[in-house]
Amino acid sequence: MRKKLLSLGVVAALSLGLLAGCGGKNNNENKETDAPTQEATEAQEKETEKETEKETEKETEKETEKEDDGETASDGSVYYLNFKPEQDLQWQELAEYYTRETGVEVKVLTAASGTYESTLKSEMAKTDSPTLFQVNGPVRLAAWKDYCYDLKGSDIYNELSSEDFALMDGDSVAGIGYVIETYGLIYNKALLEEAGYTQDDIKNFEDLKKVSEDITARKDELGFSAFTSSGMDPSSDWRFKTHLANMPIYYEYQADNIDVTDAIKGTYLDNYRQIWDLYINNATCDPGLLSTKTGDDAVAEFVTEQAVFYQNGTWAYNDVSELGEENLGMLPIYIGVEGEENQGLCTGTENYWCVNKKADEADIQATLDFMNWCVTSEVGTKALCGVDAAMPSGDDGMGFVIPFKKNLESENPLVNLANEYVAEGKTPVSWNFSTMPSEEWKNGVGSALTSYAADQTDENWEAVVTAFVDGWAEEYAASNS
Amino acid sequence: MKASKKRKTFNGISTVILALLGFAYIIPILVVLINSFKKKAFISLQPFNLPTAKNFIGLENYRVAIDQYGFLKAVGWTFFITIGSVFLILLCTSMCAWFITRVKKKVTQAIYFLCVFSMVVPFQMVMFTLSLVADRLKLNTPWGIIIVYLGFGAGLAVFMFSGFVKSIPIEIEEAALIDGSSPLKMFFSVVLPIMKPTYISVGILETMWIWNDFLLPYLVLDINKYKTIPIIIQYMKGSYGRVDMGAIMAALIMAVIPVIIFYLSSQKYIIKGVAAGAVKG
Amino acid sequence: MEKAIKRYWPIFLIPTMAAFLIGFIVPFAMGLWLSLCEFTTVTDAVFVGLKNYIRAFQDPVFLHAFWYTALFALVSLFIINIFAFAIALALTQNVPGTNLFRTVFFLPNLIGGIVLGYIWQLIFNGVLAKYNAALALNEWYGFWGLIISVSWQQIGYMMIIYIAGLQSIPEDLQEAARIDGANARQRLFHVTIPMMMPSITICTFLTITNGFKLFDQNLSLTAGEPSKMSEMLALNIYNTFYGRVGWEGVGQAKAVVFFVLVVAIGMIQLRLTRTREVQQ
Repeated sequence: MRKKLLSLGVVAALSLGLLAGCGGKNNNENKETDAPTQEATEAQEKETEKETEKETEKETEKETEKEDDGETASDGSVYYLNFKPEQDLQWQELAEYYTRETGVEVKVLTAASGTYESTLKSEMAKTDSPTLFQVNGPVRLAAWKDYCYDLKGSDIYNELSSEDFALMDGDSVAGIGYVIETYGLIYNKALLEEAGYTQDDIKNFEDLKKVSEDITARKDELGFSAFTSSGMDPSSDWRFKTHLANMPIYYEYQADNIDVTDAIKGTYLDNYRQIWDLYINNATCDPGLLSTKTGDDAVAEFVTEQAVFYQNGTWAYNDVSELGEENLGMLPIYIGVEGEENQGLCTGTENYWCVNKKADEADIQATLDFMNWCVTSEVGTKALCGVDAAMPSGDDGMGFVIPFKKNLESENPLVNLANEYVAEGKTPVSWNFSTMPSEEWKNGVGSALTSYAADQTDENWEAVVTAFVDGWAEEYAASNS
Repeated sequence: MKASKKRKTFNGISTVILALLGFAYIIPILVVLINSFKKKAFISLQPFNLPTAKNFIGLENYRVAIDQYGFLKAVGWTFFITIGSVFLILLCTSMCAWFITRVKKKVTQAIYFLCVFSMVVPFQMVMFTLSLVADRLKLNTPWGIIIVYLGFGAGLAVFMFSGFVKSIPIEIEEAALIDGSSPLKMFFSVVLPIMKPTYISVGILETMWIWNDFLLPYLVLDINKYKTIPIIIQYMKGSYGRVDMGAIMAALIMAVIPVIIFYLSSQKYIIKGVAAGAVKG
Repeated sequence: MEKAIKRYWPIFLIPTMAAFLIGFIVPFAMGLWLSLCEFTTVTDAVFVGLKNYIRAFQDPVFLHAFWYTALFALVSLFIINIFAFAIALALTQNVPGTNLFRTVFFLPNLIGGIVLGYIWQLIFNGVLAKYNAALALNEWYGFWGLIISVSWQQIGYMMIIYIAGLQSIPEDLQEAARIDGANARQRLFHVTIPMMMPSITICTFLTITNGFKLFDQNLSLTAGEPSKMSEMLALNIYNTFYGRVGWEGVGQAKAVVFFVLVVAIGMIQLRLTRTREVQQ
């Protein structure tokens, strides 16, 4: 045993010795790591070791050569790391189409929900790193700004319908918002009427509460609930830990007249609790079961008419379209703040396209061309903006509103509902969740919300507040140090 | 007389207990099997109920898992990677182990202890750097990952083979060499056949590891193009913004089936291999 | 003979050693180095000394993961080995259906951690739903869920090792003890278990290191919920590394700590049980 320990010690010492040469570059490392083994070898074996070393080097050289060949052969390729899982299929199709038309290779990888940041990180470390990636706003930009190619003067920049959608890093254009989206409380008009109400009965949080609790009281008689399940599975939890959490942040920013902060105060967290209580206690399922409920569950409940309200956005139209356009309405998310009668839906973007500055010249150009094609060509704009059969293959399109000159009039009824609110003069709620300090913060709030739902005590709500307020300061400091 | 009666009741009781335990052992797989025939919305609601006319959808979940998620492709790649890696590991490490056991030098000793050392190192220690090295050397394909597996799996295999080689009498090998065989030929004609049981042991242990491995291929492979079974199941749960419980159930069953077939067809070797491997370790 | 084969070393050694260099030595050495650096993608690594280690030990989640993992390893060590030993004993008593039982008990061992985790997640959440609860709500649900699923997986494996051990105990030793008037219980504790020490050494070593290194089941069954309270060391390291920008160095430092810990525990455990083997 002792002998074994001793030898392990020697091994450890050897491995430590290996460190001596580890600088930045890989080629060096291969060379250097051989060194200590050499020392340990007897004289005659020294030579042969060197041979091995040469061989390994040769191998790596060969590899790099091959790689170079590959890159010069074509005119550059595009690798898009997509943030929106809902549109994964459409992007794959569009990429294939583009490759068929132009011969330029386009690869699309979609990160699983909640893992964009980690996927981006591991992909960026690779030799074939994404040429086109997304940041969700100024906060994430801070982490990736060294990778952002300046888009000023590019074709796509000139296509923007408003400068507001350029994400600035000092003087340079680091990102370009490519989609404008809106979310709120999608509701089933027929069911709401069956319960004896219309949209006009709901003008603020008190009304919403009264209506939902009335539906809950008559649940057995009516045969449906007020809200779909607020699932906290990763496929659904972003609706609450991100989108719903935007409400208290928005009102706090309004009150303090700021648009970003390193320390949230949590002034409106009581309102957050009110609305969360309303969602979970007037829903299709027991609040203790939310952790296992998925996004699909909520969609299924909504389209099978088990519930009236479903919090989601314009991007979800394809999921709920079977209820029929005339049957779908959208309400603002009221949380009980004074003057909220004038509040509209939540509209904004958290999708900024950034081009990887560290990619090859040719790849950057190919990427810029691809982006421009997406927002100017007939096929591209139709796929992005259209709904029914808008894809070249006849599948449904993405149904986006895009902030570019060639934006097509939307066929997405949810988008049109959103426009009506603006026309009525309601104030849209801006998307402030792009200022949330990190993915980690959202996860913290999400977990606390789940625990609170299962056991609704003040103590558990305190945990939500802690995750919200203290977590914000900690995460802000951690990601900006 | 009395003792044997006691023994009988004891055996009776243990049989009943074992039977109950054995049944409890297969319940989880049965539950998944049942649910793989249900509509997805009914799975998390009542997982223990048998499918009814209302929620039975036959093989639809299997179709979705295969067509939509490309499950069979993942099965193919998993087979390829497992078989390729195990073959290469057995071939290369047995040669290496034999050599370092027969040639006593400081450097061969050092190799042996490095291998033993690598056995205890948790994968997290090297996960990032290994995936980085593999990426730089373009080993991010099913072909390349075989080399990564040879490297990371070498420790255990070299250790086990060395243990066995020590027990082979050196005289047989010397005789073959005197007869004029080259060491290489001698290795394949003399040493390899003697080591057959160890090949089986090591082969089984490595197969179990590589077939089920998740994190290494997840970090090393270009997962856009190549997914293994564990990767695709993890993906079905997390990606695409939606979770299709039905397809997951079908995928779990399809992941378990090859394992059961493999196990039932070579149970004898597997059990022997595990027992022998443990004694050596 | 040594001389004759020595010059063939390139054929025998190079393939394995080249791969070993790529697959272990270089990544290991780089890993040690990077634990002393701040970096996002290696090319930008900056030496910062022990700062990462300090931050690692200041992370309360890491410390929680440490205790949680240690407790898990300990509990699983006892449960798995006691059950495996008992089943092995029962199966070596000529009980009818021995082969069938052995087949069934070993089977889960071949199912990988990810698949296994999702199988059990369905079962546990199905049961807990009847009480309006779920795995993700309580770190102890997750704890026992992990214990049960890992036991399900590993008992069969350890059982095989114990059966092999039991079958190698000479029959006359038991016989002699019986003639000396030892009852079944005395024979178990004074003959069988001492003779089984080599097998026990192996099984306890395997279960405790498996317990500490557990990753796949943890990821699939609980994913660390609620709020990272069921996150074990391996998963914590992974999440620190890949989940958070600016924490890569800390993740690597945690990995080094983890590695030292696993080696130390393995050593201590081997020492403890091996000395018992020698004594008897």
